[in-house]
Amino acid sequence: MLSYFVRRVLAAIPVMFVVALFVFLLLRLSPGDPAAIIAGDMATPDQLARIRTALGLDRPIYEQFFVWLSQLLRGDFGTSLISQTNVLTMVNQRLEPTISLAIVAIIFTVLIAVPLGVIAAWRHGSFLDNFVMSSSVVGFSVPVFVIGYVLIQIFAIELRWLPVQGFRSLFDGVGPFAQRIVLPALTLSSIYIALIARMTRASMLEVLDEDYIRTARAKGLAERLVLFRHALRNAAVPIITVIGTGFALMVSGVVVTESVFNIPGLGRLIVDAVLARDYPVIQGLILLTAGFYVLINLLIDLSYALTDPRIRY
Amino acid sequence: MGEMKVVFRRTAVSVALGLSVLAASAPVSAQTIHAMMHSGLRVLDPILTTAHITRDHGFMIFDTLLGMDEAFKPQPQMADWKVSDDGMTYTFTLRDGLKWHDGQLVTAEDCIASLNRWGKRDSGGQMMMTHVKSLVATDAKTITMTLATPFGYVLELLAKPSSVPAFMMPKRLADTAPDQPIKEQIGSGPFRFVANEFDPGNKVVYEKFADYIPRKEKASWTAGGKVVKVDRVEWINMPDAQTALNALNSGDLDFMEQVPQDLMPLVESNEDIATADLNPLGNQTMGRMNFLYPPFDNVKIRQAALVAINQADILAARVGDPRFYRECGSFYGCRSPLGSDAGTEGFKATGDLEKAKALLKEAGYDNTPVVILQPTDVASVSTQPVVAAEALRKAGFNVQLQPMDWQTVVTRRASQQPSAQGGWNMFFTNWIIPEVWNPIVNPMLNGHGKEGGFFGWQSDPKMDEMRGQFAAANNDEDRKRIASEIQAHALKEVSYVPLGEYQMVSAWNKQLDGVISSPVPVFWNIAKQ
Repeated sequence: MLSYFVRRVLAAIPVMFVVALFVFLLLRLSPGDPAAIIAGDMATPDQLARIRTALGLDRPIYEQFFVWLSQLLRGDFGTSLISQTNVLTMVNQRLEPTISLAIVAIIFTVLIAVPLGVIAAWRHGSFLDNFVMSSSVVGFSVPVFVIGYVLIQIFAIELRWLPVQGFRSLFDGVGPFAQRIVLPALTLSSIYIALIARMTRASMLEVLDEDYIRTARAKGLAERLVLFRHALRNAAVPIITVIGTGFALMVSGVVVTESVFNIPGLGRLIVDAVLARDYPVIQGLILLTAGFYVLINLLIDLSYALTDPRIRY
Repeated sequence: MGEMKVVFRRTAVSVALGLSVLAASAPVSAQTIHAMMHSGLRVLDPILTTAHITRDHGFMIFDTLLGMDEAFKPQPQMADWKVSDDGMTYTFTLRDGLKWHDGQLVTAEDCIASLNRWGKRDSGGQMMMTHVKSLVATDAKTITMTLATPFGYVLELLAKPSSVPAFMMPKRLADTAPDQPIKEQIGSGPFRFVANEFDPGNKVVYEKFADYIPRKEKASWTAGGKVVKVDRVEWINMPDAQTALNALNSGDLDFMEQVPQDLMPLVESNEDIATADLNPLGNQTMGRMNFLYPPFDNVKIRQAALVAINQADILAARVGDPRFYRECGSFYGCRSPLGSDAGTEGFKATGDLEKAKALLKEAGYDNTPVVILQPTDVASVSTQPVVAAEALRKAGFNVQLQPMDWQTVVTRRASQQPSAQGGWNMFFTNWIIPEVWNPIVNPMLNGHGKEGGFFGWQSDPKMDEMRGQFAAANNDEDRKRIASEIQAHALKEVSYVPLGEYQMVSAWNKQLDGVISSPVPVFWNIAKQ
């Protein structure tokens, strides 16, 4: 397994290089000028030109690329053109809210979606099945921000049980952390609950007709054990794949939830950076996200071995 | 199924109890003002950028030699001054007890370095410096400025509350090249910047500067005593206005600098929230043409465009609620000291399509396309191009409205190429009135053309000559007369199209006491109950 792990990590290096090159070229070829953001509305063209020179943006593109690449090889992701803050410092500031949100959302997703999917498959064709499936259509269809506003209206404004916005670190205490993460995590998880419930149901339906399930029932096992120990475990591989990629998607796609709940996370950072054409921040974030995807995919592959003894690396 | 019901009931009770416990543990913060400003702070150097949020940040941590009061008069702030009888020598004396945030004393040398850096970046400062013969420290607390040629606007420029104010910094920072950002945020203002809590675009924290000694006079705009009555001020940026209003209504937020006009009913219905227009001068919205290429290199066609557009339509689309806008034909703002109707007769954007058609015919307009840049991602400037384009089409213009994000607009408008090669013919933007309220600071009333002119590059030696006369005038009567003459001349030339004024309303929790009116949002004088 170790050699497999090492091979996969080494294989990620050319992937990361291609991502770096692609992102760099795409940004430089798109219109926009960070100097204009720095200088403000009233700056004259002369002032803009001087700032561009000071930032090195007037150098040839290949030269800028190799400067950035040599920085990367030294572990330096560069400095924001706009705020002059180190990119890794900015990422560190925003990492905890996004990761916390994604982890809590994925926990909600697994706790809610997997049992719902299992129950829907178990009672295939019943009212319960139809209810879960039609609810999942709603989960897919209603925009995330609408769900967020509805939850805020009910739990924060009407009932006043939870704050309307903001994020508190887990290090500030479990209470303050939890009260601010519940609503955004529920909001973010809504679409994934719908997706994974349907996925679980479909996978379960495939295995529930298998001979070993009939055998398990015949030898008198409780239905709960049949469903969760025998059927779910055999249906787990596609479910784990969707959960894993869902987690990666959450980390890279939380911007709407972050905006509705005013959570200072990576999603808002990358949108701000794109609007300001803050090249080093965009490049750094996309590269880190790509690395994260590679890592998550690797972990998903490794986890197959834990649920399915037939898979060995 | 009975077992399932019990499980559901238990789960529901647990969730409700859990949420109640969480709600009970909500933290309370005292003596901290949580404010949402009009934008997130990203650029920290208030001399490098003209961005309003950076100017506002500057007023928190930096101080100015002079402040400006609500009567538009310069007043002593860090320094008192004397002017020689011939008006050619200004002597500024620093008041006692001024310290930088690192504990060092403020010296005249620091201030001279600061003035020199500011004089290289600010357009008004640049103009002033062309008249300065020498700027020297006579002693540790005295700065002497000697003019080579008359310039009557020194005090107003040093006190100006618009973008790029003359902020004072320690010499080691002020010696930074004007096109490079300063590396530290050390000022001598009433608040101290908390560097380790700065999260660009999201949060910035200021603490009361314990060693700051405020003036004794009552606070008025940026003049008078900057008495800090809270321990901390936190600016929190929220990307969603609805979320910010929810936070204000629930008490998470104490102050919101700009409430979108369409959301005003949500705060006006809450009796715990106060609302006011803290900047009664308001904002100007306007359109600027490119003077380099057809069709707007022809003055008759510029005039046709000016009269074709209707301020009332632009303002209704931009603002909506008539309580918050007014028509105004003046370049300087109708509530500012120099605001007047001079030259507006026949040169106001009133939607006179017949006159526009006649002017186009007289000019021999040949259907040359008018490329208008239309930002789609910034609400404050997204409607004006659409409404203007419709009016211009009705008048007979061939209009190409090109949608793009604001970043692309600011990049594209810097292009001096023809519109077919990545250039443009017209764009729209907004200003706060102190940025346009006189011919020296108003960037569009500059006839320098391609070399040093504002985007659009109007070349107008007569305008520059008149601006020179305005700068040399040393009394209000002469200034007003010359400003009116410039306005009449610039309207005839259509230096730009004033499209009216609008107000931005601030809202705050009534726990805050002492919020003062100012063109710059300030946090001194405010106590939190």
